[in-house]
Amino acid sequence: MIGADVMGTIWYWLVAAMLVAYVVLDGFDIGAGIIHLFIAKSDLDRQMILRSIGPVWDGNEVWLIAGGGTLYFAFPLLYASAFSGFYLAFIIVLWLLILRGLGIELRMHLDVRVWREFFDGCFAISSALLAIILGAALANVIRGVPLGDDSYFFLPLWTNWQAGPNPGILDWYTVIGGLVALVALTVHGSLFVALKVEGALHDRTVRLVRALWPALVAITIVSLVSTVWVRRSMLENYTHYPVALTIPVLVMASLSGIPVYCRSGRVRAAFRCSCLYLTFMLVGAAAGLYPTMLPSTTDSARDITIARAISGRYALSAGLSWWTLGIVIAIGYFVFVYRMFAGKVRVTPSPSTDATN
Amino acid sequence: MDALILHRIQFAFTITYHYLFPQLTMGMALLIVVLKTLAVRTNRRVYHDSARFWARIFGVNFVLGVATGVPMEFQFGTNWSQFSRATGGVIGQPLAMEGVFSFFLESAFLGLFLYGERRLSKWGHWWAAFLVFLGSWISGFFIIVTDAWMQHPVAYSLLPNGRFELTSFTGLLLNPWALLQYAHNMGGAVVTGAFVMSATGAFYLLEDRFVDYGRLFLRVGVTAGLIFSVLQIFPTGDLHGKYLAKHQPAVMAGMEGLFKSERGAPIVLVGQPDEERQRIDNPIAVNRVLSFLIYGSTAAEVKGLNEFPKENWPANIPLLYYSYHIMAGLGTWFVLLMGVAELLLWRDRLFGARWLLWPIFLSFPLPYIANTAGWMTAEIGRQPWLIYGLLRTEHGASKYVSGGNALFTLLGFMGLYAVLSLLFVLLVFGEIHRGPGIGSAADVESGVPVSNA
Repeated sequence: MIGADVMGTIWYWLVAAMLVAYVVLDGFDIGAGIIHLFIAKSDLDRQMILRSIGPVWDGNEVWLIAGGGTLYFAFPLLYASAFSGFYLAFIIVLWLLILRGLGIELRMHLDVRVWREFFDGCFAISSALLAIILGAALANVIRGVPLGDDSYFFLPLWTNWQAGPNPGILDWYTVIGGLVALVALTVHGSLFVALKVEGALHDRTVRLVRALWPALVAITIVSLVSTVWVRRSMLENYTHYPVALTIPVLVMASLSGIPVYCRSGRVRAAFRCSCLYLTFMLVGAAAGLYPTMLPSTTDSARDITIARAISGRYALSAGLSWWTLGIVIAIGYFVFVYRMFAGKVRVTPSPSTDATN
Repeated sequence: MDALILHRIQFAFTITYHYLFPQLTMGMALLIVVLKTLAVRTNRRVYHDSARFWARIFGVNFVLGVATGVPMEFQFGTNWSQFSRATGGVIGQPLAMEGVFSFFLESAFLGLFLYGERRLSKWGHWWAAFLVFLGSWISGFFIIVTDAWMQHPVAYSLLPNGRFELTSFTGLLLNPWALLQYAHNMGGAVVTGAFVMSATGAFYLLEDRFVDYGRLFLRVGVTAGLIFSVLQIFPTGDLHGKYLAKHQPAVMAGMEGLFKSERGAPIVLVGQPDEERQRIDNPIAVNRVLSFLIYGSTAAEVKGLNEFPKENWPANIPLLYYSYHIMAGLGTWFVLLMGVAELLLWRDRLFGARWLLWPIFLSFPLPYIANTAGWMTAEIGRQPWLIYGLLRTEHGASKYVSGGNALFTLLGFMGLYAVLSLLFVLLVFGEIHRGPGIGSAADVESGVPVSNA
């Protein structure tokens, strides 16, 4: 029989793992969207970008849906509090996910230039905003929210831009979080596109990665420093368990791998470094927060912790069986689909696709 | 404006709109598997082209189903946080399982199904179609389990802090209410698919275009339409109604507009409920039939609304009554229409019978209305409860989401979905106008977006 503490810890890391999978996988779809408008020089380039994520983006997004469902199931109090408290941000995320999906899927349905450009715009703008909001959302969780006695809160989109006791969803700190996500996912998506395409488009995406890399290093350092500034308690787990300090070291190591591999033309290795960078950033945040899930800015006694938010033991042990089975099967699907669509994307130009040249 | 009513309208609006797409994709998925089976076994072109044509329509519907489906799971938390805090340990389970067992499956095989035909063997592609069908029907099951628990809570214990805890995993998944509702709901989805297919066939014959395809669509659509329209009444509708009368008698009384208990209660076919005077105006009724339908005896007593305290009456009796009557009335029309069509099909006279092709063509929106009305019967009937008998709706909404914020997002959803409707109509009518048999196998070398065949 698994004890209550262990059960809570297991589900904390399972939910975290699903969210990491979401960011790493859908992260490159979002990144591809961010660069979609300005890296493509022709309609053909845009088709190549879309086709590089076409068969997989929908499955990648499922990690968010399944992760959200698992959060609802394992930590109902956190799900209820966070989703209603970040009400406006979450609903806007839903709208952006709708627009992003339509942008990818509907573009090719009509061979009309205005139609295609409209959906290109939907795809690009919603992707960029998604990156910013998702980054800001994580920063909100780290900064904390003004939880009431009843464990609920409500945040407006912004107040005075201060990370004080009554912040908004956007303040200087969470904007930094949003920018980290924007730059990191741009790099991540560019590397994925570079993996999937050839020729001039490939070279442009690699050049973009190399140009953005110093900015990513700078904003990463700024975000780590400001995180300690905003929430000193993020350091507690790291001082208790110094072994956790390997995480920021790994963040920096994977970050430095990106330009090294780009220069030697090993894009696949550079993309893997980018995956590791995102993973370690998120794992580092989760390790710093544990066992808190949503800290309070007003009184740490109100923090939503694992113990407070966790579901009943019976449901969770039943869940452990089906979750393991389901995720093993899902990983099987992913391996199958990514193998099926492995290799470079090729688009045969048809007469109409030259219209935008 | 009062936040509670806005939360309710937003959920009702987004779920009603969303369900326009899955009811087609779930129903059509089954029919596509039928077409694929015919295609693979006979290798005739008309079957192959038809399967591809419906796959294209399916793809557009699927994209909109996914796009409008994502908000549903998240709105439990955003708009109904007190409800989700109390129930996560129970119905969070099927919702998480839907993501893990169904969405991964669907998303993996949809791409292969829609444009993997050249990469896969004949049977490999058949399996892709079958797995997409399976995924969509698994998804439906978990959603029904969730709703059935709200209608008829089982396998739980209520803790002193107001949270519900699961006590039996199999009890939750095998809730008798869920099994009945699932059978009835999936039948309804196939009716939608079958009517859309036969209406398209009728349209092509009336237009004298794509005649071979039109005939095939009618053969498959009318046959499936008849089988599933009949199943909707008996046994699924019949059993579901009896179970509902047993466990939600006040709802049954509201659906039938039965204000006072009666032995040998009549069934009201047409009439307008007058809540204040507690009677049905202008009734056309058949005596004793309601007693017979529920209890199998014309003399049995059916409980009227007068047996229940007024605060537990269904919250909106006229709307409940009309939803139910519209569903049942349309269901009757479906059996009649498809029965006559099947008869002519069997006699080989359907394809020339323009007088019948017209109503088949014009009936394509009706299953959408019937499915929507059926869900409205279930959900309006449940009001004033979120969890029947346990948690009232006003105690489930988010505490601090103000009316102003809720109205902002409601208007946003309305605007966005208005745009989606335009795009949808444009694309689907475009496909139907272009017709089957053109641009057959997907012309792709390495991956296109999921719905672009």
